[in-house]
Amino acid sequence: MTIRTVRPNRGQRFRPRTHCLKKLDAMVVEMQDPKNGVKGSEQKLNVTTIPHAITGANIIAWISNKMKTTTEEAQVFGTMLMAYGYIYPLQNHRKLVMCNDSSLYRFQTPYFWPTQQWVPEDSDYAIYLAKRNIRKKGMLEPYEQVDYNHLHEWLNHKWDFIVMQATEQYKAGRDRNKADRVVFDCQERAFWIVNRPPRRTHSALDVGPERLINPNVEEKITFDQYRRVNIFYQQAIMRSKVKSSVSLGALVKYITSYKNHDAFLAPCLPSNPWETDHDAYWTLNMRRVDVPTKMRVERWSFSLFELLTDLRGRDDFKIFLKKEFSGENLAFWEAAEELKWGTASSMSAKAESIFKTFLAPGAPRWINIDGRTMGLTVKGLEHPHRYVLEAAQTHVFMLMKKDTFFRYLKSPTYKEIQKKALSPEAHNFSPAQLEDNARNRSAGIHPIILWQQEEEEKAKAAAASVPVDVKAVMSKIDRKK
Amino acid sequence: QLRRCKPLHWPSLPAQRKYMRSPLIPEMATQEVQLNETLAHLKTESETLKTKLEEERAKLHDVELHQVAEKVEALGQFVMKTRRTLKGHGNKVLCMDWCKDKRRIVSSSQDGKVIVWDAFTTNKEHAVTMPCTWVMACAYAPSGCAVACGGLDNKCSVYPLSLDKNENLAAKKKSVAMHTNYLSACSFTNSDMQILTSSGDGTCALWDVESGQLLQSFHGHAADVLCLDLAPSETGNTFVSGGCDKKANVWDMRSGQCIQSFETHESDINSVRYYPSGDAFASGSDDATCRLYDLRADREVAIYSKESIIFGVSSVDFSLSGRLLFGGYNDYTINVWDVLKGTRVSILFGHENRVSTLRVSPDGTAFCTGSWDHTLRIWA
Repeated sequence: MTIRTVRPNRGQRFRPRTHCLKKLDAMVVEMQDPKNGVKGSEQKLNVTTIPHAITGANIIAWISNKMKTTTEEAQVFGTMLMAYGYIYPLQNHRKLVMCNDSSLYRFQTPYFWPTQQWVPEDSDYAIYLAKRNIRKKGMLEPYEQVDYNHLHEWLNHKWDFIVMQATEQYKAGRDRNKADRVVFDCQERAFWIVNRPPRRTHSALDVGPERLINPNVEEKITFDQYRRVNIFYQQAIMRSKVKSSVSLGALVKYITSYKNHDAFLAPCLPSNPWETDHDAYWTLNMRRVDVPTKMRVERWSFSLFELLTDLRGRDDFKIFLKKEFSGENLAFWEAAEELKWGTASSMSAKAESIFKTFLAPGAPRWINIDGRTMGLTVKGLEHPHRYVLEAAQTHVFMLMKKDTFFRYLKSPTYKEIQKKALSPEAHNFSPAQLEDNARNRSAGIHPIILWQQEEEEKAKAAAASVPVDVKAVMSKIDRKK
Repeated sequence: QLRRCKPLHWPSLPAQRKYMRSPLIPEMATQEVQLNETLAHLKTESETLKTKLEEERAKLHDVELHQVAEKVEALGQFVMKTRRTLKGHGNKVLCMDWCKDKRRIVSSSQDGKVIVWDAFTTNKEHAVTMPCTWVMACAYAPSGCAVACGGLDNKCSVYPLSLDKNENLAAKKKSVAMHTNYLSACSFTNSDMQILTSSGDGTCALWDVESGQLLQSFHGHAADVLCLDLAPSETGNTFVSGGCDKKANVWDMRSGQCIQSFETHESDINSVRYYPSGDAFASGSDDATCRLYDLRADREVAIYSKESIIFGVSSVDFSLSGRLLFGGYNDYTINVWDVLKGTRVSILFGHENRVSTLRVSPDGTAFCTGSWDHTLRIWA
């Protein structure tokens, strides 16, 4: 078993999945090109002058032009650049959303880009918070204060080192000139907003639990694995494949058949419940309706699988089979399905009852399958497992699919239900009515209640279809005589 | 149609075992050299076989999907809007699933809460608090009577639902699956009695719900498995899984063997979903592309990508007919693709953080997206 014993270090934030970052890097470098990049200028913010500030509108226009997309998409892209920390806002530093107006932004220095190999650790964050605390007590925001307290507890063993580092960085910072210092503070703060986002800020570096495998590391493949992979390739080469024209043609055919049944492509009759807040569509298509809709009946004709999956269709099929006195195939198929998907503990009991009902010589609902399959199945039933009836079930299904199904489609049973089927009129709600619908959305029937009803119906049907015990009937007649 | 592929068997390798011992004695150093030679030899053989497989696949490749699609009429304009916004989660929504009644959903989030909603009325019907955070997987049972969920606790637990709103669902919780690392996805099979799970430990497994017994395990991924989907076909015996090793594997549930494997993505595969007919599947990956794989022709047949889309796909699903492919992306948007022609039909905005999960409703009337902005949206 591929048991991974390497536990990821849960104290760290895993470095982000880097596939998009290379492209983002290239894009941001282009944006900063003095000739063709985004036009920036000096801006006065509070008391200081910020160099190279750019407006949101300029960024979005540049992206839209470069990538040949709409303004909306460019805005989304701009937001992502902020979420990854390539650009940071000057005015509302917590909101990492690009606005299409004159709000100001700056490019982050490459040192703080997410593609750099160093992962911002908790100790780095602690040093940063400590440094800010040293500079001015009470400067930390509430969420930062909470983080600081937590880190103080968590990293207590390293705290001297952290305070020492923070003091060093603070002193080094004082040596810089004011403008540089302000800029660097801004950049560092932006970096930590992205890597340790406050509550309502959405940062793209907040990626979730670590994955065990680092995608950037080349995997060492062992001897054993090579052997297995080679065997797999050999068998894959030998496997029968179908021509593209055939299989793709089948995909197109499927789409064409179901085109009118797809609510996104053709209108849903009477109306899409999500659009009009009226659930008539669901009520008309419930499990047990007397009269199904025309669309539903049409769908039954697409394949035997569709007919059987829709339980209402299966009921109709059963009516037809009853008339033909050939219900045992479907009954066997249903019983085999129950075995396959049932609980492990019920399997041997089910297998036995299936054998007695369908497979034993002289069984009341004996199915007619070829000798070889019968032999294999009976032998397998000695040690029943989930898939013991697989061969027989497939055989029966193919029989129904190739023969019975087509006879059903031509039968009076099907033609009758086609004629009776409903064709609901499309709803035409006025705005007032739509508002009314929205206020009075029906709760429908809870699935648990429906399930209980189904179970009752099934029990009734099972009781009714118990095969007639000929001996008992005969002895009754004898006694009457 | 039945697929006639035989399950694979791994033969035992006793003969090679003697090469596996480390060379402590100088004489054995020659065996180490032999081992290295054999390793290099196997690597070249592997590459040769891989090329041969590609050749065999290419031989039958007589037409491209968009060529076949030329005769198909183009799609019209789409007007898809948010019809419902479900607010109630206190943190990132990670996963959701629809109930077969086409209106109820279950969703799970980072704060450990699993909520069952009636999305039509937007009422919350049940809420369960899991003992762990990051509940990355949740699923609704086919009967509508239970939900399954799991995440960082490495387990998959089944909670039977009840009509009594005040009942404490955690009391009847049943622990079913047990992995050695986080649970990334779970799904019920055709009944409430079995669950298929995938995990960060690189394996998938099939479990019996009632007893918690492991029925079958599936090994073959070289890294975390992130997603899975069961085949809708009539035989219903296969499923596809995608992982961090960039591979999408198709498995036979009966034997536990991998029957097909596709490795064309350039990064982790976050989501796989079968085409409605069961003959193909789509995958969405961190490399910002969605791809369509044809199972009968055994090859990738389409790539859905654009120069301007560079952020990863977290989740994909098909519309009912299979003509539309919806993808939820990490740049907070949803892109709608025309499966046949390969073009993007529509882009939807609305979420304020990445879209983490996307599922089309069972009758295809709407699709639901869950996002890290703490909300779920229903679109139609």
